[in-house]
Amino acid sequence: MIVAASKKPLRFGVVAGLGLTILFVSSLFVGVSDLPFRTAFSDPDALQLLLVSRLPRTLAAVLAGAGLAIAGLIMQTLARNRFVEPATAGTAQSAELGILAVTLLWPAATLAMKTLAASGAALLGTSIFFMTAHRLPPSQPFLVPLFGLVYGGVIGAGVTFIAWQADLLQYLAIWTNGDFSGVLRGRYELLWVGALMVALAWFVADRLTIMALGRDASIGLGLDYAGMMRIGLIIVSVIAALNVVVVGMIPFVGLVVPNIVSRIMGDNLRGTIKWVALSGAGLVLGCDIIGRLIRYPYEIPVGTVMGVVGGALFLWLLFRRPAHG
Amino acid sequence: MAKNRIAILAALSVLSVVAFLTIGLRGNIAFVLELRAIKLLALSQVGVSIAVSTVIFQTVTGNRIVTPSIMGLDALYLFGQMALVFALGGLGYAALNPQLKFAGEVLVLMALACALLLPMLRSRLDMGLMLLAGVVFGVLFRSLHSLLARLIDPNAFAVVQGASFANFNAVRTDLLAFASVLTIAALIVAWRARHVLDVVSLGSDTATGLGITWSRTVTGLLVLVSSLVAVSTALVGPVAFFGLLVVALAERIVNTRRHAVLLPAAALTGIVILVGGQTLFQHGLGSSSTLGVVIEFFGGIAFLLLLVLGSRK
Amino acid sequence: MIRIENVSLSLQATPILHDISLTIPKGGVTALVGPNGAGKSSLLSLIARLQPLQTGAISIDGLPVDTTPNRTLAKIVAILRQDSVVASRLRVRELVSFGRFPHNRGRLTDTDRTIIEQSLKQFDLTDLAGRFIDTLSGGQRQRALVAMAFCQGTDYLLLDEPLNNLDMYYARDLMRSLRQVADGNGKTVVIVLHDINMAGAYADRIVAMKSGRVIADGAPAEMLTTPVLQDVFGFAMQVATINGKPIVLHHL
Repeated sequence: MIVAASKKPLRFGVVAGLGLTILFVSSLFVGVSDLPFRTAFSDPDALQLLLVSRLPRTLAAVLAGAGLAIAGLIMQTLARNRFVEPATAGTAQSAELGILAVTLLWPAATLAMKTLAASGAALLGTSIFFMTAHRLPPSQPFLVPLFGLVYGGVIGAGVTFIAWQADLLQYLAIWTNGDFSGVLRGRYELLWVGALMVALAWFVADRLTIMALGRDASIGLGLDYAGMMRIGLIIVSVIAALNVVVVGMIPFVGLVVPNIVSRIMGDNLRGTIKWVALSGAGLVLGCDIIGRLIRYPYEIPVGTVMGVVGGALFLWLLFRRPAHG
Repeated sequence: MAKNRIAILAALSVLSVVAFLTIGLRGNIAFVLELRAIKLLALSQVGVSIAVSTVIFQTVTGNRIVTPSIMGLDALYLFGQMALVFALGGLGYAALNPQLKFAGEVLVLMALACALLLPMLRSRLDMGLMLLAGVVFGVLFRSLHSLLARLIDPNAFAVVQGASFANFNAVRTDLLAFASVLTIAALIVAWRARHVLDVVSLGSDTATGLGITWSRTVTGLLVLVSSLVAVSTALVGPVAFFGLLVVALAERIVNTRRHAVLLPAAALTGIVILVGGQTLFQHGLGSSSTLGVVIEFFGGIAFLLLLVLGSRK
Repeated sequence: MIRIENVSLSLQATPILHDISLTIPKGGVTALVGPNGAGKSSLLSLIARLQPLQTGAISIDGLPVDTTPNRTLAKIVAILRQDSVVASRLRVRELVSFGRFPHNRGRLTDTDRTIIEQSLKQFDLTDLAGRFIDTLSGGQRQRALVAMAFCQGTDYLLLDEPLNNLDMYYARDLMRSLRQVADGNGKTVVIVLHDINMAGAYADRIVAMKSGRVIADGAPAEMLTTPVLQDVFGFAMQVATINGKPIVLHHL
């Protein structure tokens, strides 16, 4: 609503916007095949490479990062707990279970069908998480993320067991470990549905901010609490499922990005939600570029890089002194 | 009463050991028996190490739902292992005797564990925060481990995959001799420290009042835990919730936290579950490789129950 | 007018409220008093539809709370719970602005802005408006929450122990503000109070509850007497009269 004029958020916005632009351009020109900047648009081969591989890959990273950051933000809002995200609360694992089931029972299903099944399973798994998490005592805020981690772990163990029996461990590795190296034109476009979800989240930003005040305050302000809960769950589940199916799950994005943005700009989502999306995109794209460069010409999957970068950021968030001011 | 129950546990472990050795025995009996005996030694060592290290770790942290692996110690071991390869790979490290390498890895784990956990214990973190930090440490070190693995060998898909779950079927028998020495030494120290552990479980203030030099004792106990974790992780790989399951069961069975009773009870429960479970899976269910996953599954559920029920009280 | 008819409530097989019927007329300040566990907060939650009705009926200005659309009710009744925790990092002005949400669905008009500034001023928050909620003291936070409920601009205001965390100055200040909106703007205030003397000094009517029942109900002069108070709270307390007003010496 009315964001008090302060230079800090503005500076953050400029840095995030500029950073994403620089990352976007560098991502187009970093890779195994040489793509000199000067000839990129004159040489037809180079242009082909740009359009078929580099641009789709960059867009996929941007879409995945923005989506995951928003999904994390919404989960934190709905759980009223800053330390949950789809990858650590059973959402991603449930999505894996869904897609595994479809792959086993109906191998001919299209990617869209698989995504739908994964979304449904993710919705179910996340709803169960929330039903249980709301019973945990609010006096111990760390129990909720802990419960989520183990809950996800148990579903993950079940998924691994089934995949093992069915000899599908190779697939499982693809779904559980985010990697953009296989992204080509024609194989990532489903992620645009995630962009739609981000837009939906933007549209209901005010309502989400109120949700964060709790059930009683929301109802007191005339909000359809149960309805918003459903919308939030659907956004989270669809984004998580899309990521699992198309590029594989990337951990920590949904956790660290909303926390850092909240620390700098506060929680009035009307003002901050675009920066959450932008920073998520930047973080994932940055990690993907690191993964491409660190062992050049080989590639390290973005999921692995994010496990290190995101894990370190998360521990920093956990042990920093509480923010004031 | 506790003595009777320990006797029952002992009988059960003997039973599972005998079953493990004899069921389905055919062909060259001497050869098969020897093979099985080696595997039995490894499995029971793993069961005992995990059980005992979990009991000690829970006592030191004053927290009944943590285990060394939930706090990321096994991930730390794998990371240390990979870091050694990464740092010394050029110096012919890979060609060294495996027992010697193992010794180096144990030392690295001890140092890393003390460096990470002592500050955490000293700052008396809230239980939930400590657990959460531990779990994230685990993810971080697992990621670092696979990052290093890929840096060393970019096509190392198998390494990463193999490190994610314990496989009780592919035991590293080449490390067995050294591991056995380490385990037995650690068990002797743990047994002699059983009364000290009882005092430590009262918390740092009371224990200090009763004449324990807190920081030195805790450091010593962490070193002990590290060596046991190193043994079990080196032999079969990481297990997340097995220790929790074993100790929770053992404590329920003997109904005491006194270490003179709990330590042997937990060790025996570990043997029963691991050796008995392996026998069952090998002969009854026909797929021995998935025991690790099944244990994770039930251990995880046990953890969730402890968390939800424990927080209700 | 708030009309409560034959309302009972049980939670997890524990009966909380027994067959309560009560009418709160439009206008004025009504105080709910009673010992801990009497069911005051539960009754307030039921009126504010935070808790679903199990038996009986409640209506506000003729609108049944269980079937009227939530958004319509949000323009008629505002509630402040006693255990409101704000975990979000919001600035005071942002939080108070959300009181206008039922009216504008997020798009602030000039009228909204005026009302927001008024509420901030009324609760002495103008200087704190740019601060994050989590940097405030408990009392300041409580004032921000009351300001948000005020800002909702409803005819009915339900407050569950709003004096918690407030020092003497702001407790008196809040009660005077409530009196002022009741007298000046014709609003209806229903407030759960623990301080019986605050109720005596500022309420038009006191409703006493005990063990899930309304056991006494009347103007302060009728209620603040030794026998009635003994009935409600279980011990005898002296009642003095100063400047014609009853003062309960409950602490002696």
